Amino acid sequence: MSPPIAPVGWSRWLVPPAALSIHLSIGQAYAWSVFKPPLEDALGLSGTQSALPFQLGIVMLGLSAAFGGTLVERRGPRWAMTVALVCFSSGFLLSALGAATGQFWLIVLGYGFVGGIGLGIGYISPVSTLIKWFPDRPGMATGIAIMGFGGGALIASPWSAQMLESFGGDGSGIALAFLVHGLVYAVFMLLGVVLVRVPRPRAEEPTGGRPATPEGPQVSARRALRTPQFWLLWIVLCMNVTAGIGILEKAAPMITDFFVDTSAPVSVTAAAGFVALLSAANMAGRIGWSSASDLIGRKNIYRVYLGAGTLMYALIALVGSSSKPLFVLCALVVLSFYGGGFATIPAYLKDLFGTYQVGAIHGRLLTAWSTAGVLGPLIVNWIADRQEAAGKHGADLYGTSLLIMMALLAVGFVANELVRPVHPSHHLDAVPAEPAEKGAPRARRQRAESA
Amino acid sequence: MHDDSGQSPPEVRDRRPLIVLTWLWVGAPLAYGLYELVRKATQLFTG
Repeated sequence: MSPPIAPVGWSRWLVPPAALSIHLSIGQAYAWSVFKPPLEDALGLSGTQSALPFQLGIVMLGLSAAFGGTLVERRGPRWAMTVALVCFSSGFLLSALGAATGQFWLIVLGYGFVGGIGLGIGYISPVSTLIKWFPDRPGMATGIAIMGFGGGALIASPWSAQMLESFGGDGSGIALAFLVHGLVYAVFMLLGVVLVRVPRPRAEEPTGGRPATPEGPQVSARRALRTPQFWLLWIVLCMNVTAGIGILEKAAPMITDFFVDTSAPVSVTAAAGFVALLSAANMAGRIGWSSASDLIGRKNIYRVYLGAGTLMYALIALVGSSSKPLFVLCALVVLSFYGGGFATIPAYLKDLFGTYQVGAIHGRLLTAWSTAGVLGPLIVNWIADRQEAAGKHGADLYGTSLLIMMALLAVGFVANELVRPVHPSHHLDAVPAEPAEKGAPRARRQRAESA
Repeated sequence: MHDDSGQSPPEVRDRRPLIVLTWLWVGAPLAYGLYELVRKATQLFTG
């Protein structure tokens, strides 16, 4: 499947909906918890077991994004979106079969393994194309798509719950729900496959279209791994995500514990509202902060995420329990920085490494997300458990965790400060052809891949 | 690829209806998700 080149007059505003159709679908992953209780009842599973499909899905997301990135760059966005559609949809269909026959391993294989490949390939599929269509506003463009990943859970969570209520929470009801999910998501994602186009090279665009040929320094994905800039950004992303997950993971119990001894304790219902508000801040941060990075620069916006994020955590630790509005406000800002960090990183990579293989580099950088996904909850849960065992309660349960989060953000801040432009010796024109790429003239190959 | 050499410029189609349609395609479910989110988030102040 060759990359689909846009016809003359094709609007670049058709590309974000193509990206959103993929990201809004695969974002369903974060609504997996809706299926957990009915699966546990129907198949007699423990909570740990019912989390397996999601956990494997996230592992596969990281692995397929890291190892499939170069292939996505080579084959183009339509191929990647087709793979994402087939994997994500057939993952649900396999899960439907598993639920209908009571074979849990089929659900793990389908949703976790096969669907997880769809998550990873789908996540990186539009990034490179969006950056090429919006060279003037790469932060906004990738922000729209990555906001969709957050939005996917907002759609799927009530939708899946209503479906299970209608079909019933037994094996056949779950199977039917999985089947409908698989079919509906296939149709929804089809828009992306049909619509996505890569920009025409500038010389072939008679109507003054946006540049498609790479401009500025270009670095291959393989070469990028050998630069300090890649690993500094890896640390930046990992620290920012770990700090955000620190709050996300324990949001409901945290707000309850912080105000347990006050005159206005937080009810379970209000805590659920707080969690929903955090999701909104996460989404808003993805599009808002990422767009702002086009104006103030990538390094500066990460200074805000990491510097102001540290300040927000300090405020929560010092005076959070004395004021509910202040606690909520600080948590919302931290979560908006968490979302912004995710959405801005592709544009930061583009600034440093060019558009040549930015999708593949982004895929490799997402291993920082996987690491943070383990690190964040581990720190917060482990410390909260130990503090509880030590007889502490209320806001004191989280004091040490908050200090550690501040330290992590400070590490990320320093890493961001150390980021410098990539040395010219790593640029595409300065290095000899790499083994996998030998045989084709560099300029021609570069044109083909950017198309 | 189009071959434009020496000929009149290719006809540029109006893409606006397609743009509206595709944004509605992704916007409608997102609006539903946001509506449900706002409903739940108000519980923080009323719950």
